[in-house]
Amino acid sequence: MKLSYREAMREALREALRTDPRVILMGEDIGKYGGTYAVTHGLLDEFGPERVRDTPLSEAGFVGAGIGAAIGGLRPIVEIMTVNFSLLALDQIVNGAATLRHMSGGQIEVPLVIRMATGAGRQVAAQHSHSLENWYAHVPGLRVLAPATASDARTMLGAALRERDPVVIFEHVQLYNLEEELADPLPAADLDHAAIRRPGDDATIITYGGCLPRALAAAAALADAHIAAEVIDLRTLRPLDEAALLASVARTHRAVIVDEGWRTGSLAGEIAALLGEHAFWDLDAPVGRVCSAEVPIPYAKHMELAALPSVDAITAAVKAVLA
Amino acid sequence: MTPGRTEALAMLRAMIRVRRMEERCAEDYTQGKIRGFLHLYIGEEAIAAGVIPYLSAKDAVIGTYREHGHALLRGMPATEIMAEMYGKLGGCSRGRGGSMHLFSRDLRFYGGQAIVGGGLPLAVGLALADKLRGTGAITAVFFGDGASAEGVFHESLNLAALWRLPVLFVCENNRYAMGTALEREHAETELYKHALSHRIGAESLDGMDITAVADAAKRAIERVRETAAPWFLECMTYRFRAHSMFDPDLYRDKAEVEQWKQRDPIPAFIQRMAACITRSDVEAIEAEVADEIAKACAFAEDSPLEPVGDLLREVRAP
Repeated sequence: MKLSYREAMREALREALRTDPRVILMGEDIGKYGGTYAVTHGLLDEFGPERVRDTPLSEAGFVGAGIGAAIGGLRPIVEIMTVNFSLLALDQIVNGAATLRHMSGGQIEVPLVIRMATGAGRQVAAQHSHSLENWYAHVPGLRVLAPATASDARTMLGAALRERDPVVIFEHVQLYNLEEELADPLPAADLDHAAIRRPGDDATIITYGGCLPRALAAAAALADAHIAAEVIDLRTLRPLDEAALLASVARTHRAVIVDEGWRTGSLAGEIAALLGEHAFWDLDAPVGRVCSAEVPIPYAKHMELAALPSVDAITAAVKAVLA
Repeated sequence: MTPGRTEALAMLRAMIRVRRMEERCAEDYTQGKIRGFLHLYIGEEAIAAGVIPYLSAKDAVIGTYREHGHALLRGMPATEIMAEMYGKLGGCSRGRGGSMHLFSRDLRFYGGQAIVGGGLPLAVGLALADKLRGTGAITAVFFGDGASAEGVFHESLNLAALWRLPVLFVCENNRYAMGTALEREHAETELYKHALSHRIGAESLDGMDITAVADAAKRAIERVRETAAPWFLECMTYRFRAHSMFDPDLYRDKAEVEQWKQRDPIPAFIQRMAACITRSDVEAIEAEVADEIAKACAFAEDSPLEPVGDLLREVRAP
């Protein structure tokens, strides 16, 4: 069946609501409006206002309520409109959801799923375009997912609901319209492993989320120049699948990390450090990084594009580590 | 309403248990057995003692970082509380939370929340879960005048009212947000009015009088349970000790503290109930409580430390 990423995520939500009466959805404009990115379109009509709950603009309030409802025996899925708005709920997520299991000596579980849109490319400027996945991936007590394909969007949510800890899911806004033929039956859900999206022996491109299509385009362009780049999709940002990264670099001996977050303090930096610690003797060149420019994401189209990792920048970075 | 002898003795015993346990905590703190922050509830006992015993076992309770008394009165053994304070494995949270993070899943006691106001939306969510699951349980959440200035206070009140959820909000207004006096932190110092503006039934009452608290709490609990709608109690109170053991208490007049101590809820209640509570009743309670606290501290002393090898235990995605 061919589905867009948006439809795949909607099907995953629908399946969760159908199969588990404890599942409820909460978020801003997910019901009557149909979802800011139309992911939840139609679910209010199908499941009713008790289970598909429009919330006021109270990110700390409704995320905190999601935590409480999870503790109280429900399986809430909370949608936050964008990662930028999630900062209003950061206290509840970091000081609350992430700490409770460990701090209570294992007594209090928070089986909560938080979904949010992330990333740039729609000319919505500096308060709606950022990529702060690494802020969440920094925090013990959370599991952080970045499905980059419709197939992962379809399967990772169900697995996230089976987790007994809070799970944060990032959906890059550039992915929603991408269509993909889904396997039938669906592949087993997997929250633990990175995936090789394109095999190759000359260099490893490590990426996640909205940068995956750009990394694949770069790998295709490099193939024309007889360079075989392997593309690894992290899929899960916390915990990182270190073994997959090290195994690939042990074969290719070269690595470029593509991350839409800012370079300073980025996930790309974390992965580069991991490679430095554990793959130093495998590497034939310094690790390359392609990240967003160190600016708030601008509105004007040409400036926004200039700030983001591009196919050209990725191909250039791969050529540089091969030079 | 004046309580009968049985209830009066239970009320007195509840307040004395909290008072004596916390006095011992202060002593143990000066001896270095308890470290970190320690926020004492001394002076405010009539509130927890006037509300918590009237909840049912299926209800949920959320406290703040000044929650030792709430945990004790909810039924957490003093042994587990003291061991937690000592940072020992026998503590309710294996010594990982300390004074500010007492938890008991079995008692539905969900903290021990030390971000001011942070427990309020959790209460909304717990009440939502109970409502959708049809359990008939309500959630009581305790917080202070400081929390009432947080944005999430208003967000939580609005959600509870909008979604009509069974939450009992108990504001322990002790007139100071750490060192900042009520009139220096709030333009509207009558905090229950915020609840009214969110269309939540609310009342202000004397939090130094356990009978006033218990009367209001019994009515409110019944109302919340029957209507499944929130209610708000603002209990006017005062802490006799500093904010925490680190606080030199330079921001309030000693005379003001002394004046409030004249209204100490424990002697005031004994005096008021002189017709049915005798000196020997008080002595018996004191002896029983002294024994309970001594045993709790001995348990805490003997409890082992959590092995360092368990550091990462309960982190599932390291």
